[in-house]
Amino acid sequence: MRGIAGDPDASPRGTPSPQPSPRGGEGEGGTPPHPLAEFWHHFRRNTGAVAGLVVIVLLAVVAVFADVLAPHSPIAQYRDAILVPPVWQDGGSWTYVLGTDDIGRDVLSRVLYGARLSLLIGLIVVTLSLAVGLAVGMTAGFFGGVVDIAIMRLMDILLALPSLLLAIVVAAILGPGLFNAMLSVSVVVVPHYARLTRAAVLAEMSKDYVVASRVAGAGPLRLMLVDVLPNCTAPLIVQATLGFSTAILDAAALGFLGLGAQPPTPEWGTMLASSLQFLQRAPWVVTWPGVAILVTVLAFNLLGDGLRDALDPKLKR
Amino acid sequence: MLRFILTRLGLVVPTFLGVTLLSFVLIRLVPGDPIEVRMGERGVSPERLAELRHELGLDQPLWKQFLDYVGGVLSGDFGESLVTRNPVLGEFLALFPATIELAVCAMLFAVLVGLPAGIVAAVKRGTWFDHGVMGASLTGYSMPIFWWGLLLILFFSVQLGWTPVSGRLGLMFYVEPVTGFMLVDTWMAGDWDAFRSALHHLILPAVVLGTIPLAVVARMTRSAMLEVLGEDYIRTARAKGLREVRVIGLHALRNALIPVVTVIGLQVGTLLGGAILTETIFAWPGVGKWLVESINRRDYPALQGGVLLVATTVMGVNLLVDLLYGVLNPRIRHAR
Repeated sequence: MRGIAGDPDASPRGTPSPQPSPRGGEGEGGTPPHPLAEFWHHFRRNTGAVAGLVVIVLLAVVAVFADVLAPHSPIAQYRDAILVPPVWQDGGSWTYVLGTDDIGRDVLSRVLYGARLSLLIGLIVVTLSLAVGLAVGMTAGFFGGVVDIAIMRLMDILLALPSLLLAIVVAAILGPGLFNAMLSVSVVVVPHYARLTRAAVLAEMSKDYVVASRVAGAGPLRLMLVDVLPNCTAPLIVQATLGFSTAILDAAALGFLGLGAQPPTPEWGTMLASSLQFLQRAPWVVTWPGVAILVTVLAFNLLGDGLRDALDPKLKR
Repeated sequence: MLRFILTRLGLVVPTFLGVTLLSFVLIRLVPGDPIEVRMGERGVSPERLAELRHELGLDQPLWKQFLDYVGGVLSGDFGESLVTRNPVLGEFLALFPATIELAVCAMLFAVLVGLPAGIVAAVKRGTWFDHGVMGASLTGYSMPIFWWGLLLILFFSVQLGWTPVSGRLGLMFYVEPVTGFMLVDTWMAGDWDAFRSALHHLILPAVVLGTIPLAVVARMTRSAMLEVLGEDYIRTARAKGLREVRVIGLHALRNALIPVVTVIGLQVGTLLGGAILTETIFAWPGVGKWLVESINRRDYPALQGGVLLVATTVMGVNLLVDLLYGVLNPRIRHAR
């Protein structure tokens, strides 16, 4: 954990500047370091967060180069290789490193292609819900009054239902399918972003620079987008990163229940659904997609935690 | 205090109406005419269709249908299941005790393990125990719980044979359902073999369902304790020479518990959501499994009623937690 004994990088002159980064500031006329350098300085001390970042980058590489990395097509069925165990067990072979499933599809290839789907799911869900949540939260925070109350009531209603339940209901209505699952998960998550944005906007609104801008004649749109929004980004970045985890987990849950991606799409949750019956005979079909989900979500959670610690000014001590 | 209670209650009513509207609208959005869905493949003549629509009130304007529905809900009529033709409320209440039993045991597991873990992690901050607890918590809520359940079944039921795979009670036992809670019923009947069987069936699902609340409670307890341990009055207590156990157990814990209690209460929503997945894996005959089956069977009245009932339960518990928080923390109830 972060050391309390004092920062070895602190300037010997004892100037009251924020933690000077080893790259800049010292020895000069006391220019504060670039915010990015300062952020990185805190971030990289958190080994978990850096590990998370590395894993995510690796996943992105896998997702992009799945065509090259995967030994087989994810939907190709090898009828003569049904339920082949992984290479380290009896009967396994290097052709199918992690074994095959009940209709002869290579587990490793499906897991690798699944990375592409999961990252896509995370990206789309987070972008969609962030955009809508931002718009809604800013409107509520900015205009206040009846608009604020109405919007927040609506958010409360969405939050009153357990998130998985709401996602299931929306998915049941829209019908099964990967895109519908992404929509349902986005809907469920919007209230969190809306609340966060509204809180940040309300905090900023009372500050002098907003008042000054308003007095100078800035219209509401300019105030929202140019003045207030850039200062609310820190908690939103953290929430968006953690939102990746929620998106992947919820989409996998929907896939597991049959409401998300449909077979033969190699989405990790869907892969788990069709493998329930083979729990005893072929545990490898169940293990690897789950491990993939765990590693991915863990990486995003570590990254999100690390970002929160690095961006939170109160912890900069 | 009364004002506080009334304000909180006042906030719940519009939310409840909103949730009712939401479930009403969502189900109405399902493609397909409800009557034709009922009639199935046989088809129905236009006159009969018009008759049925009038009977079911489907030819009324939507707002009137909604008001009728709300009226029905308030008098306990949540409609009938399309599949079993039984009242939805009746089906829900028959299955609810199973889910409650599971949720309560899961929460007990989460608190009994998470609370001490969080306290010790806070006291021994920075040690391997602390890192271990935090690492385990993070892993706990990064896992898909349906996969975790499958893994545990694989290990404990299939490989070790310690616990059964599904259901609430061994097939050879029959117990008169008095409360609907298997542990209570078997206890009351004095059937100790059945009680042990019920316990065995309960362990794995409770652990699986309780994993995420466990992670949350452990983290929350740790951070609350850390915050409290940094306060001046703790330093004073130590300076006065009080035993460390007393300082932590009495002075620190009491104040750290306030946010923890809130978090515990708020986990109810997570528990009911997670119950859906857990019950599916363990074939646990509760509300979650019933909801999933309703979706698969396109039993829309059951889905609508079930969603509303679950949401109402969650809101009710959140309200209780809010009030309890006001009781525990005087600053909240005198805030205005």
